[in-house]
Amino acid sequence: MEVVMAFVVGGLYAAAIYMMLRRSIVKLVIGLVLLSNAANLLIFTVAGMTSGAPPLIAPGDTVPEGISADPLAQAVVLTAIVIGFGVLAFAVVLIHRAYEVVQADDMDQMKDTDR
Amino acid sequence: MMMSVALPVVLPLLFGALSVMFWRSHFAQRSLGVLGTGAMLAVSVWLLADTWEHGHVVMEMGSWPAPFGIVLVSDMLAAIMVVLTGIIGFATALYSLSGIGKMSEKFGYYPLLHLLLAGVNGAFLTGDIFNLYVWFEVMLVASFALLILGGERAQMEGAIKYVTLNLLSSMIFLTAIGLTYGLTGTLNMADIADKLATVEDTGLITVIAMLYLVAFGVKAAAFPFFFWLPASYHTPKVAVSALFAGLLTKVGVYALYRVFTLIFNQDVDYTHEILLWVAAATMLTGVLGAAAHYEFRRILSFHIISQIGYMIMGLALFTPLALVGGVFYIMHHIIVKANLFLISGITFVMKGTHELKQMGGIYRTNPMLGVLFLIPALSLAGLPPLSGFFAKFIIIRAGIEAEAYWVVAVALVVGLLTLYSMIKIWAEVFWKAQPEGVETDDVTSGPMIWMWIPVIMLALMTVAIGLYGEPIYQMALMSAEQLLDPSQYIEAVLGESRP
Repeated sequence: MEVVMAFVVGGLYAAAIYMMLRRSIVKLVIGLVLLSNAANLLIFTVAGMTSGAPPLIAPGDTVPEGISADPLAQAVVLTAIVIGFGVLAFAVVLIHRAYEVVQADDMDQMKDTDR
Repeated sequence: MMMSVALPVVLPLLFGALSVMFWRSHFAQRSLGVLGTGAMLAVSVWLLADTWEHGHVVMEMGSWPAPFGIVLVSDMLAAIMVVLTGIIGFATALYSLSGIGKMSEKFGYYPLLHLLLAGVNGAFLTGDIFNLYVWFEVMLVASFALLILGGERAQMEGAIKYVTLNLLSSMIFLTAIGLTYGLTGTLNMADIADKLATVEDTGLITVIAMLYLVAFGVKAAAFPFFFWLPASYHTPKVAVSALFAGLLTKVGVYALYRVFTLIFNQDVDYTHEILLWVAAATMLTGVLGAAAHYEFRRILSFHIISQIGYMIMGLALFTPLALVGGVFYIMHHIIVKANLFLISGITFVMKGTHELKQMGGIYRTNPMLGVLFLIPALSLAGLPPLSGFFAKFIIIRAGIEAEAYWVVAVALVVGLLTLYSMIKIWAEVFWKAQPEGVETDDVTSGPMIWMWIPVIMLALMTVAIGLYGEPIYQMALMSAEQLLDPSQYIEAVLGESRP
């Protein structure tokens, strides 16, 4: 399973970078979405894909019984998804405003600040 | 309870929330802006005093013991950075009283300012690598919104580049965190450092180290990753520019200092050699970029890049003296660079433009401003007896002692070129006569008083660091000692819970 996930993650990174290198700003944002999903899946995979029990500790014990899933990785991914979503919302509004101001969906039309 | 380490993060969040509640009242928002940043400066000085006394100040959030919960850690470097954040935040809040304009205030300038400062302080103080990512994002989201306040075309274009490259670096950072977690099974930085010492596969560690280098390199605007900075920093309001120029890239530099002293110190010959090349290339490209430009804030933006090179050089040489120099350089640079941007705002009010070719004659009408410009400008170039001289002197001396002569040569040439472009600004803006046929509205009085006060305050600090640098040097020395001996940090965070 880890091997399959490794290929999926690699494919997502590749697709994300490809999209970000396009001239269209809409594709740029799609690239950003794919990139954040790729990073989240990577954390999920790297933490170990065990089909364990929920990490609940019975009263009186100090360690959970048997094999349990790693809650920290899931908390991290959840936080990263929320942050990624918030930032993405901003990025979408930004490209909408930029499109209104510049009147083009093309990075080559946005070179004024680099001169 | 060590409250002093939590307050610099909590206070700006609190004042940010308060200013949202007074959304419609300009007066309340302004007062909260000055009060909040002033209070933050006060508690950050308290934190510095605490850290000076105890070495490390640690607070376990929610009383969860160290490797499991999130810790806030203040060592000397973090405390110094938090005080600098307080100084720049306070100066910007004062400057904004007359420099930001009603429209920006209406669109939430002050809440965003507080949020940005909370993010910056959080990034300095956290002892958890994923928490560092979260604070980075808090800071970035606030900076995105501040960057586009005003909504002009240039701002939109700059913002797209700024947002894209910073999000890319955040994702690389997140990838590196994931791999670190896979390797060590922990997110606490002290614990990571502790566990990595037992990991056999140093090749994998070096790969992860390079991912961190790229991620923080983008944030710090180091050599091959700096393109977002000159494309965006000259577009927002001047107060926002000054805040960004003073603080944001330095958070990246701080993160580099943190991970490359605490966590990745296994293969110093390899990783820090790369850092040294990055430093040299950063210095040189930055200053050459500045030499080619004739827009006030763009020149200053390129100089941020070249100065970042000196700071990374201090880290890359990795000797006690070099780290002292690096920390000293950061302290000097933040104050000077923010001040130069604030001055560009005053000249903009006087002349209505940032283009050097269309300005001139300010020294005739306003000699005081000329002197106030010369202090930070010459300090940036490294002329004695100003703060920049000692910062450069320590770093270059460290370079000679480490026998890295080529990088010392680069640093000296860059210093000379810095002087060239500062003199260029001086000659064009202040010295030469006002070019004929260019209309200006010479406004020199009125509510501008709030723009002058922070400029004078920061200029005095530059002079003070130059004339009486001993306490600053002692602080830098202490932080360098702590950085070179990560076991102190690990001991302070993990304490007795360590096996």
